[in-house]
Amino acid sequence: MTSAVNHFDGQALSWELKEGVIELALRREPCNEIGLLTLGELEVFAAALDKLSHEAHALIIHSSLKAGFCAGADLRELHHRSQELGRVEATAGVRDFLQRIHRVFNTIDAAPLTTIAAVHGVTFGGGFELALVCDLIIADKMARFCFPELRLGLIPGFGGIPRLKRDLGNAVVRDLLLTGRSFNAAKAQQIGLVSQIVAEGEALRVARSTAEQIGKFDRHTASTAKKFIKPIPYEELQEEIEIFCDLFNRPAVEAGLRKFVESADLQPYLP
Amino acid sequence: MRTVDQTLDEILKLAAVHFKVPREKLAPDDDFFRTLGIDSLQTLDLLTRLENHFNVDLPDYELQGVSDFRTLASRIQARL
Repeated sequence: MTSAVNHFDGQALSWELKEGVIELALRREPCNEIGLLTLGELEVFAAALDKLSHEAHALIIHSSLKAGFCAGADLRELHHRSQELGRVEATAGVRDFLQRIHRVFNTIDAAPLTTIAAVHGVTFGGGFELALVCDLIIADKMARFCFPELRLGLIPGFGGIPRLKRDLGNAVVRDLLLTGRSFNAAKAQQIGLVSQIVAEGEALRVARSTAEQIGKFDRHTASTAKKFIKPIPYEELQEEIEIFCDLFNRPAVEAGLRKFVESADLQPYLP
Repeated sequence: MRTVDQTLDEILKLAAVHFKVPREKLAPDDDFFRTLGIDSLQTLDLLTRLENHFNVDLPDYELQGVSDFRTLASRIQARL
C-alpha cells in the first residue's frame, strides 16, 4: 500500500487527484465486495477527503473490474465471522462495521465536492448504497441495480433506505426493497435514479467529461447549493443500523447467509 | 407486434452473437445455462441485454426456474 494525500494505491481501491478531480477506483476481486479490507481503505480515503477537497471540485467513484461496480457487502466474510464469534459478539461486530461504514458514507455524502458514481454491471446492495451516496449516477447501459437484502432476512445496512427515500418517491422505494428485484439502467433512469445512460464501457469517460463541466462553476456556490438540496438523514440512518442489528440476531439470517455462502446455485449474486 | 416465434428467434440470435456460439447449435428447448456455458454474472448480463434489446423491464424473479429459450421467450413476450 502506498499513500500520499493526492495518491493512494491500496489492495481494494486506489485514488488519484488530477486536475481538480479525484478518481477513486474499486478493484477488489471478484466484484468489489465490501468487507473489512475495503472498509479500512475507505476510511483512509474519508480521512483524506477534507484535505483533498481543498484542491478538488469533483470526485468520481468507479470500478476497474469487468464484473461490475460493486456486489455489496462481503457476505462470505460476514458469515465466517458470525460463525467464529458468538451471537452477542457477532452482532456487536456488525454494529461496529455499520457505524464505521456509515461514517465513511456520510463523509462522502457531505463532501463539498460534486460526487459522481460511474457504474457498470453489478451494482447491488452495498454497492448500490455507495452509488446513492454520490450526487450523480452515470450508468453504463449494462449496469444492473438491486437491493437483495430481504432475501437474506435483512434490510440494506449501509444507508440505502434513507438515501433512496431522500432521492425517490416512497412507492418506488417499496417496489425495489420489498420485491428485491434487480433492474437495469433504463429503469433506473426512468425512476430518476440515474442521470445519464451511456454505451458499454463509456461511463468513466462521460463522468470525466461531466466533472470537467462541473469544474467551470464557482466552488463555494456549488457546495452551498449541494448542502441546501441534499440534506443527510442522520436520524433515519442511525435507526437503520438499529433495525439491521435487531434483524441480524434472528436465526433466519444465519440460515440465509449459510444458504448463500454454500450455494452452488447459478445465481449467487442474488441470495 | 412480434410473434412469440419471432421473439424466440431474436433471443437465439442475440445469444449466439454475444456468447459466440453458432446459431445453428442453439435450439428453443436447450438449457441455456448448459448450452451457452454461462455463470451467474453472465446470466445477469444476458437478462440486461434482452431487456435492452426488447425494451422491456423483466424482474429477475420472473426468470427463476427458467432455463430454456422457449420459456424465456414467453416471459419476454408477456411484456411486449
